[in-house]
This record gives sequence, C-alpha cells and structure tokens, in this order.
Amino acid sequence: MEEIQNTEIQKLQKELEDLKKKVSMLEDSRKDQLSIAIVSGDLDKILAAMVISVAAAAMDTQVKLFFSFWSLSALRDPKKCPKGKDFISKMFGMMLPKGTKKLSLSNMNMVGMGPMMIRMLMKKQNVMSLEQMFKEAGELGIEIVVCEMSMNLMGFKKEELIDYPNLKFAGAATFVADASESSIQLFI
Amino acid sequence: MSNEELKNVSVAKSIDARGTACPGPLLEAKKAIGTIEAGDIMEILSADEGTKVDIPKWCNKQGHEYLGTVEENGYFKVYMKKK
Repeated sequence: MEEIQNTEIQKLQKELEDLKKKVSMLEDSRKDQLSIAIVSGDLDKILAAMVISVAAAAMDTQVKLFFSFWSLSALRDPKKCPKGKDFISKMFGMMLPKGTKKLSLSNMNMVGMGPMMIRMLMKKQNVMSLEQMFKEAGELGIEIVVCEMSMNLMGFKKEELIDYPNLKFAGAATFVADASESSIQLFI
Repeated sequence: MSNEELKNVSVAKSIDARGTACPGPLLEAKKAIGTIEAGDIMEILSADEGTKVDIPKWCNKQGHEYLGTVEENGYFKVYMKKK
C-alpha cells in the first residue's frame, strides 16, 4: 500500500517538475524586446523605424534592428570609399543612395524636393534628424544587424558602412531567432 | 493629484524638453531618471501633445508613479515619481 503511494507521489513530483520547466520556458521565450526587419530604403520608412526604436529603447525595451536590402543604403557612410569592387558592385554603389542624407521619400519625392522639405519641416518642428536618431540609437545600445547576404548581393563592403557601436553581421536565421524571443516584431 | 497640489509639489528635477518633438521628451526623461533618487518627483516640460500620453505609458511600464499633467500656455508639465 505504502509503496503504491510512494510511486504515485514520485509520478506527481515528476509531472510538477515538467510543468515548472514548461512554465519557465514560456516565461523566457518572450523578452521585453523589439525586433524590426527593415527592408525599405525610403527616408520615411527608416525614419518611422528609428522613431519607434528610440522610443522603445527609452522605455528600456531591448531593440534589435535587422537591416536588409534597400535599407542598407541608410547605413552607408558617404565619406568612405571602399576599394576592390567589381564593375557591377561599382554600378550598384553609384546608383543607390550613399547614406541617410541621400534617401528619397516613398511618396511625394519630387526628384529630391520632398525629402528636403520634410527635413526642413522636421527641423522647424524640433523633430530629431535621422542622423541624430542613429547617434541616439547607438548610445541607447540599440543593436543593428546587417544582412550579410543582401550586402554581398548589392556589392556593399563592410568598410563603407557607418561607424556604429553595435553593428553586427548575420543572416536571416539571426533575425528569426531574435524575433522569436521578442514580444514585438515589426517589418517595414 | 489635483492641479493645485501639482503646482505646489516640490520637484527634485525639472527637465525642459520643449525644444524637442516625439520621441525627444521621453528620451530626455529616460536620461534624467537615472540622476534622481527613488521617491523623488520629476517634472517634464513638453510642447509635444503626445508626451501627455506617452509619459504615463512609460511610467506604467517601468513602475514609476504618474502624478498628473498641468497645462500651461502652449506647453505641458508632466509630473512623475520615481519607483
């Protein structure tokens, strides 16, 4: 009789331990973290992503930005001239905006008049400039992950990217892993 | 807290964020919160409408106590107590 009780108790104990493990797994799986996959290279979209990121970081939410495709233009440093590019990479480099100041708007671009006007308005309304937001982002510890594949695809080199304190290079799986443990995931 | 009480409250720190728009005031509040002690009251001056709503959200998340907002001519004073 006592033996049966003992095995019952052991069974229950085991079940309890399993449940505890599951609960802690669920608790750990979603961190107070924001992941954004930034694919667009438009000034307005990058601006939106950065405003949300800076606000989130100010609220002590961990922020991880995954820059891919057209958005990489925003990370180019206009002062840097990388050497050893092949012909197609050079062409891409010439055709794509070199840095945040050269980005165009997704709407009302009007051959560069739009961005100029937006920047003027932002200054007038005391909105932080995009360049300043990147600086704040770096100070707040916002992590920027650069998609290695799209960087190679467009022929960009690591040497031509901006000096950013938390710049990393990785693949899509890194975004998936980061996003799966974030409580907020966005795509723009 | 009522408007009258807030006007007479003694603040440990006052930040003037009237020169910045969203998310500037929040960012300045975050930077300043580290410089005051728990239980201290901080006042944030902002001309940005969104700040009125954003600061309480931030307080709620961080566990700080949001005390209230006083409207002045053309700007707001948002009061909060550090956890």
